[in-house]
Amino acid sequence: MCTVCGCGDGKIEGHDHGHHHHHHHAPDGSIHFGDNAAGVSVPGMSEARLIEVETDILAKNDAYAAANRARLGGLGALAVNLVSSPGSGKTTLLCRTIEALGDRPLAVIEGDQQTTNDADRIRATGAAAIQVNTGKGCHLDGHMVGHAMDHLDLVPGAMLFIENVGNLVCPAAFDLGEDAKVAILSVTEGEDKPLKYPDMFTAARVAILNKVDLAPHCDVDLELYETNLRRVNPAIEIIRLSARTGAGMAEWLAWLDTALAVKSPQEAAE
Amino acid sequence: MHEMSLCEGIREIVETAARTHSAERVTRVRLEIGRFAGVEKTAMEFAFDVVMRGSPAEGAALEMIDLPGTATCFDCAKDVEIEDRFAPCPLCGGGKLMPKGGDEMRVKDLEVA
Repeated sequence: MCTVCGCGDGKIEGHDHGHHHHHHHAPDGSIHFGDNAAGVSVPGMSEARLIEVETDILAKNDAYAAANRARLGGLGALAVNLVSSPGSGKTTLLCRTIEALGDRPLAVIEGDQQTTNDADRIRATGAAAIQVNTGKGCHLDGHMVGHAMDHLDLVPGAMLFIENVGNLVCPAAFDLGEDAKVAILSVTEGEDKPLKYPDMFTAARVAILNKVDLAPHCDVDLELYETNLRRVNPAIEIIRLSARTGAGMAEWLAWLDTALAVKSPQEAAE
Repeated sequence: MHEMSLCEGIREIVETAARTHSAERVTRVRLEIGRFAGVEKTAMEFAFDVVMRGSPAEGAALEMIDLPGTATCFDCAKDVEIEDRFAPCPLCGGGKLMPKGGDEMRVKDLEVA
């Protein structure tokens, strides 16, 4: 095996330096290859070795997320990752959703930088909730969610709502093991928000256009919201909703039921 | 976005690789970053220097290789390469493009001494 690039080993390959290993002639006439610190030589990279890594930076998170997904799959449980900017109405929507779901099995993981305010609000509805404070962190990750799941008694066929940290940037990249990201966008935020933060709206399967009851009071164009959402994600499903008046709630609850129904047969099939 | 936490991921990958290959010092780290990965290079360079302190990669050079953004065009149903998320389809001019590739964030290789 070549110790420079490791070809022949099978795991390390793909360098473009070729095999023009340099050597020099010693005073005694002998020829020395790679007579330097690392014992090998590559043009432009003397005294160094290359180690091919090819590992995703988020590989560790993705492994935790995969474990969470397997656990949820085994239960036939649906996990929804609610993402939005702060103040879009995630927690209010969640409270209304829990009330509407009545006795259905569900649990909530609340992510915030600080305080247990949101988990307290959820627990006030009677639902099981656990707060995850990320401290300095700007997003929930797969590891945190796995730990939080340990503290929730998820039953088969349950719905798990994960309310991510209010942030339209970082949570887009961190898989938690959820079935779908649901982005909540309130009508007061500006029609161009999907264009300003395209990563999140591309990653989301559903967009909830929240606080539509305020639309007549703040000169917004709901059609333009939808056009811009579809511009960054042509496949996105859009639900116009007001958690305050209840408009659109039926459509949202129907979406949840359909998504859960898709999960449950998986368990039966296994 | 979260370049600091990304660098913590990089540090773990680098430490594991250095240990596996009995390398004391890592002198260069090469990353592959997709155009749509949302990585701010300046922030990444700053976070890298800070996070690698005390690791085998302290003071290592950081190199970022760009990977293209790809998307599926909903109008002509072809996979195309695009410069930015709002670019029209280079084949048919359509505006409905679903990003497909370009969110990669990988440690490609390390140069060790």
